[in-house]
Amino acid sequence: MSATTQAGTNAVYNDSVVRWFAVASVVYGVVGMLVGVIIAAQLTWPELNMGIEWLTYGRLRPLHTNAVIFAFGGSVLFATSYYVVQRTCQTTLFGGKLAWFTFIGWNLALIAAVITLPLGISSGKEYAELEWPIDILIAVTWVAYAIVFFGTVGTRKVKHIYVANWFFGAFIIAVALLHIVNSAAIPVNLTKSYSAYAGVQDAMVQWWYGHNAVGFFLTAAFLGMMYYFIPKQAERPVYSYRLSIVHFWALIFTYMWAGPHHLHYTALPDWTQSVGMVFSLILLAPSWGGMINGIMTLSGAWHKLRDDPILRFLIVSLSFYGMSTFEGPMMSIKTVNALSHYTDWTVGHVHSGALGWVGLVSMGSLYYLIPRLFGQKKMYSVPAIELHFWTATIGIVLYIAAMWIAGVMQGLMWRSINPDGSLTYTFVESVKATFPFYVIRLLGGALYLFGMVVMLWNVVMTARQGRIEPVRIPAVNPAHA
Amino acid sequence: MDILFLLVPLSVVLVFAVIAVFWWALQRGQFDNIEREGERILRNDG
Repeated sequence: MSATTQAGTNAVYNDSVVRWFAVASVVYGVVGMLVGVIIAAQLTWPELNMGIEWLTYGRLRPLHTNAVIFAFGGSVLFATSYYVVQRTCQTTLFGGKLAWFTFIGWNLALIAAVITLPLGISSGKEYAELEWPIDILIAVTWVAYAIVFFGTVGTRKVKHIYVANWFFGAFIIAVALLHIVNSAAIPVNLTKSYSAYAGVQDAMVQWWYGHNAVGFFLTAAFLGMMYYFIPKQAERPVYSYRLSIVHFWALIFTYMWAGPHHLHYTALPDWTQSVGMVFSLILLAPSWGGMINGIMTLSGAWHKLRDDPILRFLIVSLSFYGMSTFEGPMMSIKTVNALSHYTDWTVGHVHSGALGWVGLVSMGSLYYLIPRLFGQKKMYSVPAIELHFWTATIGIVLYIAAMWIAGVMQGLMWRSINPDGSLTYTFVESVKATFPFYVIRLLGGALYLFGMVVMLWNVVMTARQGRIEPVRIPAVNPAHA
Repeated sequence: MDILFLLVPLSVVLVFAVIAVFWWALQRGQFDNIEREGERILRNDG
């Protein structure tokens, strides 16, 4: 179903690559969350690795993070950015088959990850574990992605570039830069390389990458989705379009230097840590501006939340976004970090962002997108969306509440000192005290996974009853051309 | 901390790039009549 780029009423959107990325993302979501549940169980009962090296926590944990961030999240972003950029620019994807190249390249990289990570082939950099040949494949795929995306924006039929495209565009450029700088390495052989940076230099580059990946991959890009799918699902324009523009520029101006907060009280120079903390605190302002803008889109139509589970996914995702973008700056304050760092509080914070914000906004957007990609008005089962929403939400609450309690408890136990200056507790006592919270976390994760399995079933049923029909590009209103 | 001699100038270059793109958008009228742009996506869409 290749689309023609000629202007005219016969031109259609290129939705086939969007469809493949959308369906792939749901499958990857189930896989990535399943691995997450497995390693949560291993933390509770370590014998569950069954003595098999490929199933040990150290190897499955990067598989989990890569699967949920890059396979699930990445595929959602490819699908939604290709869909949104075509709709808002009223033109088909630029570059013809190049969009298919990005699908194949991205999936090859993911398959390589699934094979290499359990084998223990890893560069050891968190969220950038893949070895150099896969890094090169990712870089090439990403350049093709940039050509398709910016080519489409460049050949748009309307004058204005919709705000969602600005967020997607910033994400594509920033991730290319972060990936290339952080993955610089000297290869030893095909499966082993050493980072181009050493010691604390490497740590600084790693968290410059790591936190900006959170900022641009997991935040900016998903905000782009939010600014398209919430107005579409609510059938109302975003609360303040002007504020969305301010949100975008404020966020990208202030993001780049939050990374050092991952390295508080380390060998990193003290002033660099403080710079990271100050920039992290500044980020609260644009984050909350965007969160309020998204939620207030429903102003005057709050009843839609009661009736529409898809909208509930999208709006609740924003409330988790607001929560975690408040929690994050607080945790970046050095005195708070002295308590929270290296505890499960950090794990809880990450998952309030990942399950609550990234996960729910992705699911809501996919529930909007998938019926339309299969020529349907709505998903096969709306009650199943309701079920997914409640299991996911309860799962998140169990997960993050357990990790908050566990984290604060660990922090307090580790810093507790007897009058003679010795530690009150041994480390293993804090591990033992954490056990019940690990069980609760496992339960929360399992509920979240269950919701995702329900979604996969719903997507398969929707696809089975659907018909794939090319969607024609509507004529451009001259006022906007 | 030699790495800061890479990362700090990189940030400065990026900020100037962002300013340049912002200036481009401003000059090309991307921010004229912006409230109606929020409504456009609801009207004509596939």
